[in-house]
Amino acid sequence: MLRYTLKRLGLGLLTVYFIATATFVAVHAVPGDPLSGAKALRPEIRANLERKYGLDRPLVAQYGVFLGNMLRGDFGISFTQQNRSVNDIIRDHFPVSATLGLLSLFFAASGGILFGSLSALLRGRFSDRTVMFLVILCISVPSFVLAALGQYLVLRLNHAAGASLLPVAGWGTLRHMLLPALVLGLGTLAFQTRLMRSSLLEVVNQDYVRTARAKGLSPVRIFFSHQLRNAILPAVTVLGVEIADITTGGFVVETVFAIPGLGRYFVQALQQFDYTVIMGLTVFYGTFLVLMVILVDLVYGLVDPRIKVAKEGP
Amino acid sequence: MIRILSRTRLLAVLTTGLAACSSAAPPPSGKVLRLALTDEPPQLNSTRATDQESGFLLGHLMEGLTRYGKNGEVIPGIAENWQIDDRGATFHLREGAFWADGRPVTARDFVFAWRLVVDPANASEYAFIMYPVRNAEAVNRGKLPPSALGVSAPDDHTLRVTFEQPCGYFLGLTAFPSFLPVREDFYARKKDRFAADAPDILSNGPFILTRWVHGAALTLEKNPRYWNAARIQLDRIEVPYITKDLGARYNLFSDGKVDTLGLPREQLDRAQADRLRMQIFPDGSVWYLAFNLRPGRPTANWHLRKAVQLVFDPREYVSRVVGIPGNRPGLSLIPYWVPGVKAPFRVEYPLAPVRPKLAEARRQLDLARKELGGRLPTLYWLADDSSSSARDAEYFQNLLRTRLGIDLRIDKQIFKQRLAKMRAGEFDIVAAGWGPDYADPMTFAELLASWNENNSGKYQNAEYDALIRRAQATAEPKVRMDAMAQAERIALADVAILPTYERTLVWAHQPRVQGIVRHVVGPDPDFTFVSIRE
Repeated sequence: MLRYTLKRLGLGLLTVYFIATATFVAVHAVPGDPLSGAKALRPEIRANLERKYGLDRPLVAQYGVFLGNMLRGDFGISFTQQNRSVNDIIRDHFPVSATLGLLSLFFAASGGILFGSLSALLRGRFSDRTVMFLVILCISVPSFVLAALGQYLVLRLNHAAGASLLPVAGWGTLRHMLLPALVLGLGTLAFQTRLMRSSLLEVVNQDYVRTARAKGLSPVRIFFSHQLRNAILPAVTVLGVEIADITTGGFVVETVFAIPGLGRYFVQALQQFDYTVIMGLTVFYGTFLVLMVILVDLVYGLVDPRIKVAKEGP
Repeated sequence: MIRILSRTRLLAVLTTGLAACSSAAPPPSGKVLRLALTDEPPQLNSTRATDQESGFLLGHLMEGLTRYGKNGEVIPGIAENWQIDDRGATFHLREGAFWADGRPVTARDFVFAWRLVVDPANASEYAFIMYPVRNAEAVNRGKLPPSALGVSAPDDHTLRVTFEQPCGYFLGLTAFPSFLPVREDFYARKKDRFAADAPDILSNGPFILTRWVHGAALTLEKNPRYWNAARIQLDRIEVPYITKDLGARYNLFSDGKVDTLGLPREQLDRAQADRLRMQIFPDGSVWYLAFNLRPGRPTANWHLRKAVQLVFDPREYVSRVVGIPGNRPGLSLIPYWVPGVKAPFRVEYPLAPVRPKLAEARRQLDLARKELGGRLPTLYWLADDSSSSARDAEYFQNLLRTRLGIDLRIDKQIFKQRLAKMRAGEFDIVAAGWGPDYADPMTFAELLASWNENNSGKYQNAEYDALIRRAQATAEPKVRMDAMAQAERIALADVAILPTYERTLVWAHQPRVQGIVRHVVGPDPDFTFVSIRE
């Protein structure tokens, strides 16, 4: 188990190195640079800025500096937020995205398991069809539509009530988080529901379930210890990627609800060609994703004792 | 201050609105103004700030030698009075001006800040705005030490400035953020953290920054030590939201959570249905098509440009394409609001609009065709990815095809790549805009000088350059205005650019808020005159 973990971590490190290098090459290959703005700079002013940011040095030297700093965990100073380092940005805004992400993941996972199971147990009936229709709807409608719609509904609700029942936007209290977390998690919830339903349908009529029933176990016990536990594996598999996805991919939701999360900074950095922020956040996200995938692989072993990660082939 | 001239800037700072419709929440008690910002202010270090958001905040946190009054006039700030002549200026600072920590604002604070602006190690993008001050350019180029800058403090309350050459608009510059004071000991103590967070900013203006949650919220509280604190009626300015999302800002306004709202064209219908009391604000910017005049480009041909000009009707364009009431059809490079010698420049130097003449346009097109070797080349229009940019491009594509049979291809790029291509000259026509840095025709007239980096079409005319140099070499208003008016006529006769419109923005505010002042130059909007109706 330890060897396997170390091996996975080593490979993960290599992956992160490739991500970093590819990002460095990509941001320097596209036309445009972080210093260009709506007003053109005089040559002497551009020269001063290039010197300040080290952009006057050859690209290879810049790459060397970038890798060296990265090893020390220093991603440099943002070009657009000139008083803040990339580390400041991650420290201030990642917890916000993570809180939002975890809350929406909670919605998604619990809702997905609940609705997926209901739908599978009641398959073919009206409630199953309703759930599946809503699932398709939630998967197809992009989050920016859901976000705008949700916000507008809250606004109408507040108007109708003549009081602020739920905040339209903003961040700070749990009340602020509910709507954005729901909107952000809805797509994942729908996806999890479908996954849960189909994998549960596969196990409901397995021999061991029939055996359990023949033994006279209660339906509740059968569901939890025989059906759910066997069916939940695919849902756990995608969870790792979804954690990374949902805690980092909330750009639209963050913008619509004025939430100071990391996603907004990432997208903004891409638009502004903010080299340091793009590279820093890509490496950070990359590392996060790699870690989550490793974590999920390790969790497999706990959920399903048949999978012995340590004894996997070469 | 600096305008980010993207067409999508919709009252960057403002999210306001008037709810004739019922607001959900009761307004807060006390004299509090609440706003939503579009962007996190990127930089509150006045020696390096360049953007609108930062300029707006600095205008409320700080005070320079002068500031802008209710009607956009320059009024005394930290300086009580001054003398300006061709060689320099002397400012007499008031005795009662204090920093928020209780220490007096002195002339040395200005000397320190101004030297920092031109210090190449500080790499200020706006260092050039200081170039009228003696040696500023040489210092910024690293040829002289910052101490060589032509500014000194003979005593605590006297600031002496020497000019590089006479400067007819220097007074207005002293209200510009780059000219704000910075106290040396505070700056030295904060080092790289200067202005990075709320405690790292030292105010001397109407408000102090008491809270700054990055990306989320700011709080500005009335500064009791501001010399003119009696004038400020607000207790607090709250910025509880920062978001680019237009719909969210509208909803927040409608929910009674913020007091101001900028309205883009897309929301005018909704605002009308909600019966918001809309206001218009001509923001002072000029929009035009820049033709690429680099040799070898088809648009380097005068007849071709003339033909385009002769089929274009700015009045129709403003009503059909811009589509926001109050916008003025483009007439010239220098907009109508800019002051001249005594009256507005445009009144003193009137221009007749060019009306569309199809027959003449086709005649010019024939001449162009001959000179270009018998056939008309395809023209490339450089656009960005905003919806207004696409609207523009498609309008001209249709206009040139139906009236002149010219094939116009749209080259759509993301903002930064559009800039790169524009600067590299990879276009025939590009729509551009310019907002003023100060209230003088020079802020526009210099745009088409051959040495100006923002002259994207690379217009070069020795006569034009000479006239701009002449206007820059004197502070004599009549001589300057005459020269700039003549230069403008030359550029228009050359069809170096095709003016399209002078922009007006639409906005709204909650009825309980009174006295919001909008500035064409200087920090905008200005909330220092605001009172709250309980």
